[in-house]
Amino acid sequence: MNPLSSSAPALRTEAVSKHYRRGAVVVRAVEQVTLAIAAGEFTALLGASGSGKSTLLNLLAGLDHPSAGAVYVRERELGAMSAAELARHRRQTVGMVFQNFNLLPRMTLEENVELPLRLAEVERGERAARVAAALERVRLTARRGHRPSELSGGEQQRAAIARALVNRPGILLADEPTGNLDSRNGRQILELFREINRELGVTILMVTHERALAEAYAGRILALQDGLLAADGAAAPAAEPEGGQA
Amino acid sequence: MKPRDMAELAGRNLREALLRNSLTTLGIAVGGASLVAMLSLGAGLKHFASSRLSHSGLFNSILVTRKIDFRGLRRLAHTPAKPPQPSRPLDSAALAALRRLPHVTEVYNQVRFINEVNYDGHPYTTAIAGVPNLARHNDAFTGMKGRYFSGPQAREAILEDSFAKQLTAHPHRLLGQELDLRYARREPLPAAPGSDASGFAIVPQVERLRIVGIIFSQPVFGFSGFMPGRVFIPQSLAERLQVAEVSDLRNVVQGAGAGRNYSSLTVNLQSASDVPAAEAAIRGMGFRTFSLQDASRRLALVFAIFDLLLGVFGSLALAVASLGIINTLVMAILERRREIGVLKALGAGELEIKKLFLMEAGVMGLAGGIAGVILGWALGRGLNWGTAIYLNRRNLPAVEVSMVPWWLALGAIGFAIFISLLAGLYPAARAARLDPIKALRYE
Repeated sequence: MNPLSSSAPALRTEAVSKHYRRGAVVVRAVEQVTLAIAAGEFTALLGASGSGKSTLLNLLAGLDHPSAGAVYVRERELGAMSAAELARHRRQTVGMVFQNFNLLPRMTLEENVELPLRLAEVERGERAARVAAALERVRLTARRGHRPSELSGGEQQRAAIARALVNRPGILLADEPTGNLDSRNGRQILELFREINRELGVTILMVTHERALAEAYAGRILALQDGLLAADGAAAPAAEPEGGQA
Repeated sequence: MKPRDMAELAGRNLREALLRNSLTTLGIAVGGASLVAMLSLGAGLKHFASSRLSHSGLFNSILVTRKIDFRGLRRLAHTPAKPPQPSRPLDSAALAALRRLPHVTEVYNQVRFINEVNYDGHPYTTAIAGVPNLARHNDAFTGMKGRYFSGPQAREAILEDSFAKQLTAHPHRLLGQELDLRYARREPLPAAPGSDASGFAIVPQVERLRIVGIIFSQPVFGFSGFMPGRVFIPQSLAERLQVAEVSDLRNVVQGAGAGRNYSSLTVNLQSASDVPAAEAAIRGMGFRTFSLQDASRRLALVFAIFDLLLGVFGSLALAVASLGIINTLVMAILERRREIGVLKALGAGELEIKKLFLMEAGVMGLAGGIAGVILGWALGRGLNWGTAIYLNRRNLPAVEVSMVPWWLALGAIGFAIFISLLAGLYPAARAARLDPIKALRYE
């Protein structure tokens, strides 16, 4: 999908940079990145370790603030939002999936998935149905009463996806979702992403370092190198970042 | 997040580190118990003192006397601005006027005199006192041997235990026996023809009294308690006897007339709060007054300071327990760092994280406060039990030294919650400020 499509982009950055100090050294994690991701796109963000892709994802999620530039989500600038508005943005506009799943170990799957609904103050009566639907979508209905430690890595990640989707956000931000999974489970997760993207129309931005998977499932590939946007294109990127994996 | 969801989440978090949180809660309970036990002691002693004093009638009484100018007795440094004025007599008309004042329950002349009592053919010089109705519920009469007077005019006497022992080696056998009271009766004389002068005659009289009770402590009533009574008779009977008093001579000389004149009258009111207004009204009538309102206020002040000190000492344990809450919650932040990051990533705001930790602190405070009240109440019961045994061994009536009124129970729980929330403020703020990115990376 063309990033410069006429419809309003779901995600957009304007010369966004993120610098931080590590002792006397200034680390330029993200440098002058300008991009736009249209609503409904499934985009992979490739890059080597330390290239700044997770930092960029955190900026888009509103978990971090840019040092310069601006981040827009559905054309609302995150920098202009109050802390409470940013929290609402994370609660309702974006869903997040992490490499290490980040399910709460003392809660059952059902309770983990219900957590965003509690935060969004969804009525109790409605919650059960939405949790059931989310778990069914990721095919974990049978494991609803289990704790994360009783599940495989793939199942945990599917549960994390259910949790990210239960508030029906329009955007899914996934940070290395297959990083802790074997290839079979990794493929299952990406199948699920494709299904969510196609059936629900959810915009997906997935950070990964696995080029093959990205090319197989994402419609568009962005590549970061040393904080700079090095490539932006369809599944076969024109310019490949140096240094291996990405 | 809705309060119920927040409470559920807080409860779940507290159950996760059950031992540590239980110990912290126990610390609050011990602190709360210390506070409750201390203040229950204050409340018990205050109740004990005030009930004894209110039964004595001292704090809702006013002593009324004539305004007699005694300046002539003293050597004055300068000439008084106003010469002495005639004072209003404290007579039957004054007594009737005093009875008409609002909230007055009783007006009586405190009758106490020294005279002779004959029992079994032997004369005993002793102090006789009239007992007003209000003294019926005095502690001295509630624990007496025998019974109280059958009526206000009953020719009956109650003896003080030590006096009864003077009459016989077996005081309990005195009940139902009779004794003779010899006294000087004041008989008014009519004025001589053509003269305003009047006077009275002293007539020796004997009144036979049946002994109906023996008391073991001195009843407290009115203000003329300097001369302890040994033989007690009903007030109305004592007034009817018309016993001659020293003040009668002064009244005759001052031309107060042959009618009844009193050296003092005691006015009893419904409650101590009625005293100031009544006192002002009586002064307006031209009499001198004396009450224990100042003493009562000072007593209240003493108890307030006593309560404050007990509260401060009791709160120290709670303050120490609050350090436990801070420690527990700071530990929880370290342990749940990643969880806080996840909550923030899922859309929890700083305020919600703060509220969650404060709710955990509040739940510990609530549980600790309730347990503390129960523990403090149990300690108080133990103290009452121990005191009762100790007093019983000394032949003294049991006293409730500790009591937990409802305001103390609720106040202690509220205070425990308040202290816990206060202690939770720092950890809650620290948790709320956690950087979600760092928290999510935390292993």
